[in-house]
Amino acid sequence: MASIRPEAQYATLEQQTETAQLGMWAFLATEVLFFGALIFGYYIYRIAYTDQFILAGHDAKLVLGSINTALLLTSSVTMVAAIELIKRNEARRAATALYLTALLGIAFLGVKGYEYLQDYYDHTVPVLDFVLKPHQQPPVELFWLFYFVATGLHALHLTIGIVAVLILAAHTRSGRYSAAYHSPIEVLGLYWSFVDVVWLFLFAAIYPIGRAG
Amino acid sequence: MTAIASEPGSTYLTAESTIASWLLTKDHKRIALLFFASVTAFFFVGGFAAALIRLNLIEPAGTLLGPDLYNRMFTMHGIVMVWFFLIPSIPATLGNFLVPLMIGARDLAFPRLNLASWYVFNISGILALYFIIAGGNDTGWTFYAPYSTLFSNGHVIAAAVAVFVNGFSTIMTALNFVVTIHRLRAPGMTWFRLPLFIWGIYATSVVMLLATPVLAMTLLLIALEHGFGIGIFDPALGGDPLLFQHMFWFYSHPAVYIMILPAMGVASELIPCFARRPVFGYRGMAYAVMAIAIIGFFVWGHHMFTAGISLFSGIVFSFMSFVVAVPSAIKVFNWTATLHRGRISFDAPMLYALSFVGLFTIGGLTGLNLATLPIDIHVTDTYFVIAHFHYIMVGGTVSAFFGGLHYWWPKITGRLYPEMWARAAAILTFLGFNVTFFPQFILGYLGMPRRYYAYPPEFQVWNVLSSAGASILAIAYVMPLVYLGWSLLRGKQASANPWHATGLEWRTSSPPPEHNFPRTPVVTDAPYRYNPEDGSYVTQDGAANG
Amino acid sequence: MLIPYLIAWVVLIGLLGLSIFTAYLPLGHFHPLANFGIAVVQAAIVLAIFMRLKDPPAIKWVFAGAGFFWLLFLFGIGVIDYLTRAGFPS
Repeated sequence: MASIRPEAQYATLEQQTETAQLGMWAFLATEVLFFGALIFGYYIYRIAYTDQFILAGHDAKLVLGSINTALLLTSSVTMVAAIELIKRNEARRAATALYLTALLGIAFLGVKGYEYLQDYYDHTVPVLDFVLKPHQQPPVELFWLFYFVATGLHALHLTIGIVAVLILAAHTRSGRYSAAYHSPIEVLGLYWSFVDVVWLFLFAAIYPIGRAG
Repeated sequence: MTAIASEPGSTYLTAESTIASWLLTKDHKRIALLFFASVTAFFFVGGFAAALIRLNLIEPAGTLLGPDLYNRMFTMHGIVMVWFFLIPSIPATLGNFLVPLMIGARDLAFPRLNLASWYVFNISGILALYFIIAGGNDTGWTFYAPYSTLFSNGHVIAAAVAVFVNGFSTIMTALNFVVTIHRLRAPGMTWFRLPLFIWGIYATSVVMLLATPVLAMTLLLIALEHGFGIGIFDPALGGDPLLFQHMFWFYSHPAVYIMILPAMGVASELIPCFARRPVFGYRGMAYAVMAIAIIGFFVWGHHMFTAGISLFSGIVFSFMSFVVAVPSAIKVFNWTATLHRGRISFDAPMLYALSFVGLFTIGGLTGLNLATLPIDIHVTDTYFVIAHFHYIMVGGTVSAFFGGLHYWWPKITGRLYPEMWARAAAILTFLGFNVTFFPQFILGYLGMPRRYYAYPPEFQVWNVLSSAGASILAIAYVMPLVYLGWSLLRGKQASANPWHATGLEWRTSSPPPEHNFPRTPVVTDAPYRYNPEDGSYVTQDGAANG
Repeated sequence: MLIPYLIAWVVLIGLLGLSIFTAYLPLGHFHPLANFGIAVVQAAIVLAIFMRLKDPPAIKWVFAGAGFFWLLFLFGIGVIDYLTRAGFPS
């Protein structure tokens, strides 16, 4: 585990930390394609079954979705604040910012869980007591299938992020990181903001559907 | 400049010898050997399935396996060979060993990630063995919906999960290679001084990173639909089974380039060395691998010409498939031109490399037949397709893999293999391969469908010929196992540069020390500075030897 | 030190509001495009500012862009079949 000395294959610590970030960017590129493939399928069906998807979208919880978007956007700010703070050697305040980030993420999951519950009561959960409303055809279920797979996978990625943030927050608090070396926090920050980006696309695809008359 | 002789001092093999030092190693060279063990094991698992398939096809009634077992057998053969042998073969073994050495680095960018990749591979391998032993899966390696999602009673989910997990291993390795090649090149190793093997690995890794996640999503959806009725491809809900095929082939066509680009990289190392000439058109070769990697993403629909896509999109995909053949052809021309007026020696690696070029060319040309819409209607889903891709993947990739294995064997093990046995194996491979697979072009053209356990009696002669060839091929593949294994115990010690080659990997001992180079090399020369007049050469760090 | 990020946050929330607002406009078939477009702008802001794409090394742009760029191939070429196939949707 590198403290202040770089690993054998690196000439300088700066080379190592920049390379770590590049590695995360490469990983994020794979995530773009992972979610992108799903979103591709979604938009194909949305174009093919525009009217049915509009009918389905009526039951999407726009308020809850919007709150969640705001929570995640704010968590990106706290995440970046943590990085700025550790760069100034303010480890304790950086740890606080990290804990805040995790808290906002947990709040997101809480709202999501509540939303899933509401979806269940509205009979919009496929396989579990799914019921078509008046005027709705089978493709409505396709909308909800995408909704659950996409938001479920996103929630999984967010959960992994939250666990990582909590671990790093504890490490930051105990003084493991400093202005001289805080690469894992920067790398995690990239991942965290990226989970945010994914959500922005999911929000755009799912929630603002057809409330115009 | 003094040559570096191999010394009986500390090498990466002898540095530590506990089991833990191997299983917890961060040394890319040891990890390469770990991968080599895993992929070899799966090669024989897949080969066993192939043997049963060819035995079944000796007589028209196909009573050896019967329909259901036959379906499970070709599914197992495809899944194991594609994901557990071909895709990792060259990258995770030769790539892992050579990438840092060739660019003058002490290891890959992320050594722990490298080790993790091997463990993830083995986990996926265990999952694969589980689904095979539990009774297998009958969907074909292509998992087409709605059969896989709604009707198959095979172990679809287990198979899909095994491949899904395997994909993580692929991505981890690819990520490591891409970042390493960008960031850890030795001083003076500019992009256009990189050995073409590195270009091949780089292009392969880019494809792996961008294509594999799409496969992951596709298989996830298949598993969800099969297991939980999440019917995204279900026509009853308005779903489109062709959406599955679009998503699946968006990955699986680039996957075939994942399987061939490293092999092309190997050929580009071997041919200049054994022709003692610089490769013809180095920049063209580098651009060509990148072009293949990129254009390879535009052609996936050529697997779906008869599946129901629109004629217009079929034309688009057909056109793009012709375009992607161009950079491949350029490479074949350049390899050939490299041979012209060369000082050629026919050591085993060269025999394999020449095999590669010839067999790849045949396979590639028949790809053009398949890309031609009206011809494809006739030969799609027949043995013509099977022969086409086996010429490329077995005639091509496996030949190159064996060639590279022999070429770098002295570097990896510090031993020389017995040359005459190796040449015999190479020739036997070439002969056995052609006897196995050429008849399959004929069978396909005559109309024998693929994935059929039984066939009309008029096809028997060609089938028997093919099966006979397979038995020769089997011997040819076992031979290296025997004599390479022998060489570990009794082979002559290898010098640092037994082939008098120009790459940086030959500028350290055979086998290399743990951290590759006593001092970081400084690169001053382009690769492949061979002189055909007298066979002399200059290494990439400027040493003129011989 | 956090000012640029806070400004970005305000813009992002504003765009969120815009996205919600467009849901109530009669945009017809342009709805998906409008919302997707807003998401693209938001993503660009997060990538450039929060994920510090503006900072060196420049090669990050290639890595960051590659995934999105490749999706253009999937969408762009994949959709050709759907636009020209008579049988879907049935």
